[in-house]
Amino acid sequence: MTIVLEARGLTKEFKGFFAVNKVDLRVEKGSIHALIGPNGAGKTTCFNLLTKFLQPTSGTIIYDGRDITRMAPAEVARLGLVRSFQISAVFPELSVLQNVRVALQRKRGESYDFWRSETFLRRYDDEARHHIAEVGLSEFVDHRAAELSYGRKRALEIAATLALDPTMLLLDEPMAGMTQADVERISALIRRVAKKCTILMVEHNLSVVANLSDRITVLARGEILAEGDYETVSKSPQVIDAYIGAGHA
Amino acid sequence: MVPETAGMTRLHLAIFAVLLAFLIILPFFVYPVFAMKVMCFALFAAAFNLLLGFGGLLSFGHAAYFGGASYVAAHAAKVWGLTPELAVLCGTAAAAFLGLVIGSLAIRRQGIYFAMVTLAFAQMVYFLALQLPFTGGEDGLQSVPRGDLFGVFSLQDSIPLYFFVLTITFSGILFLYRIVHSPFGQVLKAIRENEPRAISLGYDVNRYKLMVFVLSATFAGLAGAVKSQVFQLASLTDVHWAMSGEVVLMTLLGGMGTIFGPLAGAAIVVTMQNYLATFGAWVTVIQGVIFVLGVLLFRKGLIGVLAQWLKRPL
Repeated sequence: MTIVLEARGLTKEFKGFFAVNKVDLRVEKGSIHALIGPNGAGKTTCFNLLTKFLQPTSGTIIYDGRDITRMAPAEVARLGLVRSFQISAVFPELSVLQNVRVALQRKRGESYDFWRSETFLRRYDDEARHHIAEVGLSEFVDHRAAELSYGRKRALEIAATLALDPTMLLLDEPMAGMTQADVERISALIRRVAKKCTILMVEHNLSVVANLSDRITVLARGEILAEGDYETVSKSPQVIDAYIGAGHA
Repeated sequence: MVPETAGMTRLHLAIFAVLLAFLIILPFFVYPVFAMKVMCFALFAAAFNLLLGFGGLLSFGHAAYFGGASYVAAHAAKVWGLTPELAVLCGTAAAAFLGLVIGSLAIRRQGIYFAMVTLAFAQMVYFLALQLPFTGGEDGLQSVPRGDLFGVFSLQDSIPLYFFVLTITFSGILFLYRIVHSPFGQVLKAIRENEPRAISLGYDVNRYKLMVFVLSATFAGLAGAVKSQVFQLASLTDVHWAMSGEVVLMTLLGGMGTIFGPLAGAAIVVTMQNYLATFGAWVTVIQGVIFVLGVLLFRKGLIGVLAQWLKRPL
């Protein structure tokens, strides 16, 4: 068992308020790990810390044996630790094809060549179409991303993310606001993707991750409440209390 | 997919060809100096549009590069006695350098703060243009000689000068088109659309912003440098903040983020200033009314609205 991502004593303080407090997290390579918790538990903050969109107050983050605590978000992404966003993150005015191509373009490093024609980018078209087909968006290749439905935007985002060949994916509430049909499609997609890379996903609902994740970490008020597989976690009295307590609040 | 030839859609290629043909015969029908002025401003607006329309960055100090370059080019031609093309090159290089310095500081801020920082620096450039010993203070640099192109072809007459200006501005606009439609331009549009997402794909967005800033300043400088050769003059008007406002107006009126919008906007504004000059102070009032109407009726600008009707990017 190898640990691909590890956080030690991860803490984020906002003016005296500890959004994330001394969180220790170990994500096993090749697993689907879920980070769940009620509203305000610090899931998204924790997520932003791990992807470096926020700088931790204290603690260390080790990714693939490398200390990434002080790295810039783009740097972390280049190491293969790629995130998605809670609100669907696509480039609305670009076509579906261009959305994926812009990710594939990363493979050649930075694109500072402003003098070259964009026909150069056609070499990525086939690969982009392949990724688009994988998420079932082939018929929309030439549509503007803004025209897609919510579920399809999410699928497009995942296609673009996969185009980066990530070694680890961090998904921020991939199922939020989705219809049941979409949830099943994305679940199947995540399972398929997990064969190639490690996944850490943040979710609000325990039920969504029940038969998807290998390991679940429950967060409440910035601290870890319980950890284990679904069976263990769902029966933990603290977890039941936290969810019901939050439901009444 | 829209059919493309060498990276340009056929529609755009056709429009550029018609435009070029029109510009070739234009000086035989209108006053060449007026036509040259329109072309300089068209390039200026197109350069500004690269930053605003495709980079999503609103600079409120583009007069610094336009005017700064015109001072340097005028000085190079008048005092150093350089040939026109070298003088223009000097002015453009100065604008690029200025863009690099100001840009690297300004891109650290966003939105309105970015605009304010660019304005503040532009005001400093204005102050320098007023106070430095070689700038001629209130008078500016006057009677700049037109010189000989490559030291051989005289640009004294308007017609040869016109074709010199046409070549530079038209190539400049084509080059800006290429930038927008390059791998770099593609990333730029992605950053404009969704910056955090572009970061999560691993792009160093600040580098791209700085690069587009410098490119925009460079072409704005090219336009200013050429203008100083046409009017044989570098004056405070070109570095004044009102000039920064004018280029915003041209771009918005024509349609920001479109290819041909800034060109149309520049043509409209310059033509208005030219033909309404007899109304004196009323020009600004008329200009204001037109701008208000433009914003109310054509929110995407003239060309932007046209593109929407035709369902084609213009």
